[in-house]
Amino acid sequence: METVKIKINNKEVEVEKGTLILDAAKSIGVSIPTLCYHPDQEIKANCRVCAVEVEGMKNLQTACSTQAAEGMVIKTNSAKVREARKVNIELLLANHNMSCTTCIRNGNCELQKIAAELGIRESRFDNIMVLQDKDESSPSLVRNQNKCIKCGRCIQVCTNVQGLAILDYAGRGHTSEVKPAYGMYLNDVRCAACGQCSTVCPVAAITEKEDIERVWEAINDPDKHVVVQTAPAVRVSIGEEFGMEPGSIVTGKLVAALRALGFDAVFDTDFTADLTIMEEGHELLRRIKKGGVLPMLTSCSPGWINYIEQYYPELLPHVSTCKSPQQMFGALAKGYYPEKIGKEAEDIFSVSIMPCTAKKYEAQRSEMKHDKKHYDVDAVLTTRELARMLKQAGIAFDQLEEEEYDDPFGISTGAAVIFGATGGVMEAALRTVYEVVTGETLENINFTDVRGLEGIKEAAVDLAGQQVKVMVAHSLSKAKQVMEMIKSGKASDYAFIEIMCCPGGCIGGGGQPYGATNALRQQRIDGTYRADEALAIRKSHENPAIKKLYGEFLIEPLGEKSHHLLHTHYTNRKRSH
Amino acid sequence: MDLNEIVHKKGKTPDKLVGVLLEYQKTKNRNYLTNEDLKAVAKKTKLPESRVYSVATFYSLLSVKPRGKYVIQLCRDVPCYVNGAFNLREELETALQISMGETTKDGLFSLEYASCLGYCEMAPVMRIDQKIYGNLNSRKLAEIIAEYRRL
Amino acid sequence: MNENIEKKLLTKRFGLIDPMSIEDYLASGGYSALRKAVSTTPETIVEEMKASGLRGRGGAAFPVGVKMEMVQKAEADIKYLVCNADEGEPGNFKDRYLMENDPHQIIEGMVISAYAVGASKGYIFIRGEYARPIYMMDSAIKAAQEKGFLGKNILGTGLDFDIELYTGAGSYVCGEEFALMLCIEGNPARSTFKPPFPTNEGLYGKPTQINNVESFANIPHIIEMGAKEFSKIGTKHSKGTKLVSLSGNVRKKGLFEVPFGVHLWEIVENLGRGVMGSIKMVQVGGASGPCLPPNLLGMKLDYKDFAENDMSLGSGAVIVIDTKNDILDIVRNTLEFFRHESCGKCTPCREGIVHLLVLLDRFILGEAEKKDLELLKSLIQTIELTSICGLGQAAPTALKTTLRYFPEVYAAGIRKNHTRAI
Repeated sequence: METVKIKINNKEVEVEKGTLILDAAKSIGVSIPTLCYHPDQEIKANCRVCAVEVEGMKNLQTACSTQAAEGMVIKTNSAKVREARKVNIELLLANHNMSCTTCIRNGNCELQKIAAELGIRESRFDNIMVLQDKDESSPSLVRNQNKCIKCGRCIQVCTNVQGLAILDYAGRGHTSEVKPAYGMYLNDVRCAACGQCSTVCPVAAITEKEDIERVWEAINDPDKHVVVQTAPAVRVSIGEEFGMEPGSIVTGKLVAALRALGFDAVFDTDFTADLTIMEEGHELLRRIKKGGVLPMLTSCSPGWINYIEQYYPELLPHVSTCKSPQQMFGALAKGYYPEKIGKEAEDIFSVSIMPCTAKKYEAQRSEMKHDKKHYDVDAVLTTRELARMLKQAGIAFDQLEEEEYDDPFGISTGAAVIFGATGGVMEAALRTVYEVVTGETLENINFTDVRGLEGIKEAAVDLAGQQVKVMVAHSLSKAKQVMEMIKSGKASDYAFIEIMCCPGGCIGGGGQPYGATNALRQQRIDGTYRADEALAIRKSHENPAIKKLYGEFLIEPLGEKSHHLLHTHYTNRKRSH
Repeated sequence: MDLNEIVHKKGKTPDKLVGVLLEYQKTKNRNYLTNEDLKAVAKKTKLPESRVYSVATFYSLLSVKPRGKYVIQLCRDVPCYVNGAFNLREELETALQISMGETTKDGLFSLEYASCLGYCEMAPVMRIDQKIYGNLNSRKLAEIIAEYRRL
Repeated sequence: MNENIEKKLLTKRFGLIDPMSIEDYLASGGYSALRKAVSTTPETIVEEMKASGLRGRGGAAFPVGVKMEMVQKAEADIKYLVCNADEGEPGNFKDRYLMENDPHQIIEGMVISAYAVGASKGYIFIRGEYARPIYMMDSAIKAAQEKGFLGKNILGTGLDFDIELYTGAGSYVCGEEFALMLCIEGNPARSTFKPPFPTNEGLYGKPTQINNVESFANIPHIIEMGAKEFSKIGTKHSKGTKLVSLSGNVRKKGLFEVPFGVHLWEIVENLGRGVMGSIKMVQVGGASGPCLPPNLLGMKLDYKDFAENDMSLGSGAVIVIDTKNDILDIVRNTLEFFRHESCGKCTPCREGIVHLLVLLDRFILGEAEKKDLELLKSLIQTIELTSICGLGQAAPTALKTTLRYFPEVYAAGIRKNHTRAI
């Protein structure tokens, strides 16, 4: 490994050739502020905040784009550098709606953080921002042009990771803005509502649509019985909002927190994740046996469903008719649960805690209603929103004593908890399908071939002598690849394909705590599989509560009740933009 | 030429986008490209619509807003400025009964500023489509406008 | 009265040949430099170009021979030439004249370069507003192709090289090499960070020699007369001639070719016949160039002279502004230009230029505070030091130099009386 010797702030340091000045400085504890830089993205170098002095060069050089070279002498904090840094931040603030105290990113904003660290006491420049209305057309996301600092992170994630390119710069110079084509509203273009843009935005230019007030209203309404379900991914992520390590398993505290907020019943989406495996596993077996459309595609990721409906509707017959665990839960919450507690469906207000912004879109789909009147899921809160709600209520999350979920929807398995990671649905399905088909117990239930951050993964399973090929993909750019494979016939020998909209799966979702990088996503994934290993029951069909539900109510997978409550249909939403 | 012919002539790889948009706009009566036009180009070049819109709104010779049949571009940079360009602006605004940046009601003329056109030796200068008019004064201005009205 | 200070080298055929006729060009010695070049080695040509001292004529003044050597040494399956004919800098029309009056000179320079650096494809990027130069270059390219000076196996040397014309779409920033390449590649011209530089990774990621029209036009002459003869023209640090676009309030506006080293006052008085009335200031290079007071017209048109005064002569245009004009007004005009043309990518240029105007307006209205002067200077420094490309870096130049040479006009803009309640 070739190294170079450089000097940073009079300190000698030896780094690998090609190291960015930004990282070289970090390695010796010198922190250079950045805004547009993101370790998972291409270098943009447009905010100019990280500009530093390099001896011998007249102009300042951006630390995020300049590689260390032998003999370089760098000053990251000279008077010239500090003044330039301050001026550039003040320039951004002068075209920014500086309403920090009432902003959704208050306390969690990268621009605010740098301004605080630089000790900015005034913006010496007139605020010239022209106030514009927000784009609140989408049920999942809100675009606020008044906050945008034109860093381009959202453009990169939407174009390169998701392959959708919904957002781009329009115009030139000072009037240039980040927006969808033709300046249209987000809901009028083919956005998947995945929220990846909102997770990389350093400020409040694009955020989740908040539903916190509606949930408070319901909780405070004495006539409403408010139930809540928690997604698998949330329990290994929400700890980050309270200073814990990414991947920390905080299930017990999560339940305690929700109870403390005042929910009447705290349930687990993992329960219906197990249910999904029962239904989807049998659906797969039926298609294989009866020559149904293969490969079958998973259906629990609403960002992915938004994608296939708008871009590849001709392939919709491949998608499983199973609702997502969130919606299966909602259907039971309104169609089964009320009778058990002596109430009516309209008495129930059902809330879900999701790592996902697209779930807000999913919940308000017209087919996701009980008896065509009441939404199965009344409100979706992202992980970030729940964290805010807990802070609103003054609940010290990390100090809570662990508590257990309520019955009858509280028991779940390791197969359910791994739904949060890419490959998890597939592995959970295989754990069940294998035993159903072969009648044998799986020796090794860890299907490691489908785990990990690689974009497309494959595995082959021997099911009673028959080789069954499966595939797992995550992020929409990989989903597109899979779509093209299916269209060209190259995927005809695969039986089952899991597709997750977000990179890393749900743990990398659009509603997750800020600051996710590929490295951090891996930590959340590791936490997920640790949670799986810690559970006594790790196969969906062994969940006693699931067995009870079938015994008492559903009777059999794909039966009439299941068909009515737990399955759905999709819509061709292809349009030109 | 229709879009198919333009793409055939210029090419449809992503790097031909600017040329295709310029050619396509020339075939339009009002010197601009509609959303539908941009959509069609996006489809042909297999580029995202947001990218096509980004290019169409970046370059001064392209417009996504309707303009006149004849776009009058008056240079306002220093060499023309010190030779009376702004007096000409007033005269044009009066002659056409519109302000800078507007289009006449009959859709015949649009009035815009241009950045330096590169004909400073005959300042003040204006451009109408492919033609450059220099050494302008009130009389010449009136003659030129009249000529275009006659077309 | 005064001896003629002009030296017609690149402009020697102007008006004497039919620029549409390649036969005229050939009859007047055209393409003989190419023949001479291909009879030697590429290395020899690069050495000649280095020895000539030719510096880029677009404004950045990077030594052309050094650039060619870098491209020649780079290893790649394909290399490109790009001729920058965007000429958007206000006050400049020299490249237009070259294309309209002697287009083949440029082509010859490009073919010689292609031979020297190993390029197989060249682009001439002409701004979209230049309808006639586009037409002229297009005709010239076709004529050169017909005669075998472009295409396959040029002059039997095995050199394959052809030129494609690329039309700009109205964006001054395309004159900046990175923005230009991005435009050819079909993008908005939002310049990018460097390194890498075009000589290593340029157009489509390949080694590219980008040079201005005038730079390429010099090459046949250098090869023809030899570097030694060429370097006798001009001064010690600035070799050769400079095409000067003379405009503004001078009596005789036009294009002139002078050797480096002539005094600015000679250009204004001898060639431009001075002004009616008196001169307020002279802006050199274009809107991005320094503004000089009359007492600095004794400066020589020379890179070193300008550098010693912490300035750059850029493309060498000369804009003469008389006393009927107001300095702050002119400065405002230049800043408006950059505000309109900024690509918008980086913070200091996109946001900073707008605030330069906000601050300047206070001075124009006589409502500035003393601290505005400090803020202006700080803002100018930040924009110059941290802008991602030359547009931002040079945009505050007129403002900066007028602050230096005409401090009184800014002082006059500061509010005299501060009324306070106490």
